[in-house]
Amino acid sequence: MSTSGALMPHQGEAPPARPAGRERAATGPAGRFDRRVFLLAPAVLLLIVAFVSPVGLLLSRAFTQPQVGLQNFADLWERRGFLQVLWNTVMISATATPICVLLGFPVAHAMTHGSARLRRWLIFIVLVPFWTSLLVRTFANVILLQRNGPLNTMLVGLGLSAEPLPLLYNMTGLLVGAVQVLLPFVIFPLHAAMLRIDPAYMQAALTLGAGPIRAFWRVYLPLTMPGLLTGATLVFISTLGYYVTPAMLGGPRQTMIAQLIQDQIAQFGNWGMAGALSLLLLAVSGVMLLLLQLTVGLKAVAR
Amino acid sequence: MKGDGLDRWRTLRGAICVAVALYLIAPLVIVVIISFSAASFLQFPPPGLSLRWYRNLFNDPAWTDALTVSIQILIPSATLATLLGTAAAYALVRGRIPGASVIGAALMLPIIVPGIITAAALFGAYRGLGLNGTLTGLIIGHVIITMPYVVATVSSALRTLDPRLEDAAATLGAPPFQAFRRVTLPLLLPAILSGLLFAAVASFDELIVSLFVSSARVRPVAVQMWSNIRGDMDPTIAAIASLCFAFALVALLVESILRRRTGVERT
Repeated sequence: MSTSGALMPHQGEAPPARPAGRERAATGPAGRFDRRVFLLAPAVLLLIVAFVSPVGLLLSRAFTQPQVGLQNFADLWERRGFLQVLWNTVMISATATPICVLLGFPVAHAMTHGSARLRRWLIFIVLVPFWTSLLVRTFANVILLQRNGPLNTMLVGLGLSAEPLPLLYNMTGLLVGAVQVLLPFVIFPLHAAMLRIDPAYMQAALTLGAGPIRAFWRVYLPLTMPGLLTGATLVFISTLGYYVTPAMLGGPRQTMIAQLIQDQIAQFGNWGMAGALSLLLLAVSGVMLLLLQLTVGLKAVAR
Repeated sequence: MKGDGLDRWRTLRGAICVAVALYLIAPLVIVVIISFSAASFLQFPPPGLSLRWYRNLFNDPAWTDALTVSIQILIPSATLATLLGTAAAYALVRGRIPGASVIGAALMLPIIVPGIITAAALFGAYRGLGLNGTLTGLIIGHVIITMPYVVATVSSALRTLDPRLEDAAATLGAPPFQAFRRVTLPLLLPAILSGLLFAAVASFDELIVSLFVSSARVRPVAVQMWSNIRGDMDPTIAAIASLCFAFALVALLVESILRRRTGVERT
């Protein structure tokens, strides 16, 4: 809880609520105007002018262009191609999420319960790609997965495949790239949750006669749930909005909603539909975050 | 029997860790190796070694111009993000501001909202203002995208810093600004620098907003890379990618040194 915030700047920070017990008597009576508001003002002003207003404008176009009303949403519902893209988007996110959890769990476990040296190494290895440009990593995957790339050479060389496999510009390529980018988002929240587990619980379960497997399923795993749900939600909603990875590693059948939004603007100048799609994407992410808030609390998410 | 199960789990865990480490790092290592290739196309292993792609990179005006643009965006945007973000974090953590937690969450929005929405929104808003294709437009977008990292880093460091230190300075007669400058700021500096560093890295890597808002004339490195990868790739792209990777490694090392001084210990 205490340390993971700064560990992962990418995930932002818990809403800075003042911790109880740190209230400052020197600030004067509550309700008195705090001049520190002036320090906050420039950032908030910029956020309103250059982020909230433009996004609000974009979303409002869903209801105003080309004409006032819900026409864009009705159109969306009738366009089979669009619905297919939305379905793809959800399915790709729903596929990437469990893969990330299954791969991330053992890594987080080793990070938490391994030696200090192992922990340092694992954190470093997970952080390196995190700091490396998404574009660079995606490009690296293009090289790795291409028809005559190192992976295919190895597969054919080892006799695992008679001919090079199609690993790029399809679902395989997209998932390889997406999971790679998303793994840290599940590893760090899981690691934070595992750190909070009191080892006495597992010992108690083992002493009371539960086998290690049973103790794991009944005691350990439920205690990691906040981290697991947080990580899974982060992975899911990040994948929903992906643009670069599907564009570079996926094929036409892996078109996702972000690509659709871009097409509406760049190819058709259809701002109304772009707004409607953006609203849909934001709404789904918002609902997911709300669900997470209701189950484990948003503090764990924003970490 | 018990020990047996645990051993098997440890073996599996170890195997998955090694696989994940390879999965995360190996593609990057391959790119670095290819960037020194003597061949004219991206093949692995390279038939011979040379520095021709790095020479190419620094002799091609398309790349050097892009590098200049990236730096022209990065310096002002990272500086602004750091100044605004640090001030905001200080007010949020130390001030008595109604709705501070809601405002704090709102300041994180630019990294929660999908990049495509921010990009489309800015592109739309800039159209009427003539900001598309300008450095100003790009800088504003980059400040918005990078400021949350600074707010997050600085406020988490501030929260671990004992507010009584400032109170002590105030009790001893220091005016508020002096208490901040002489006590809080020095203690906070590593976190601020670490936020600055991350903002700079994030600005250099930012793609989606730049893709929408830039033009053929004002085009940062990320966009130049993007169009190159989608067009005819040659190993020049591996050279610039390797430089970006090296930059990221150095930044990460510097950041972990800074972190050790923030008092926020790494788990």
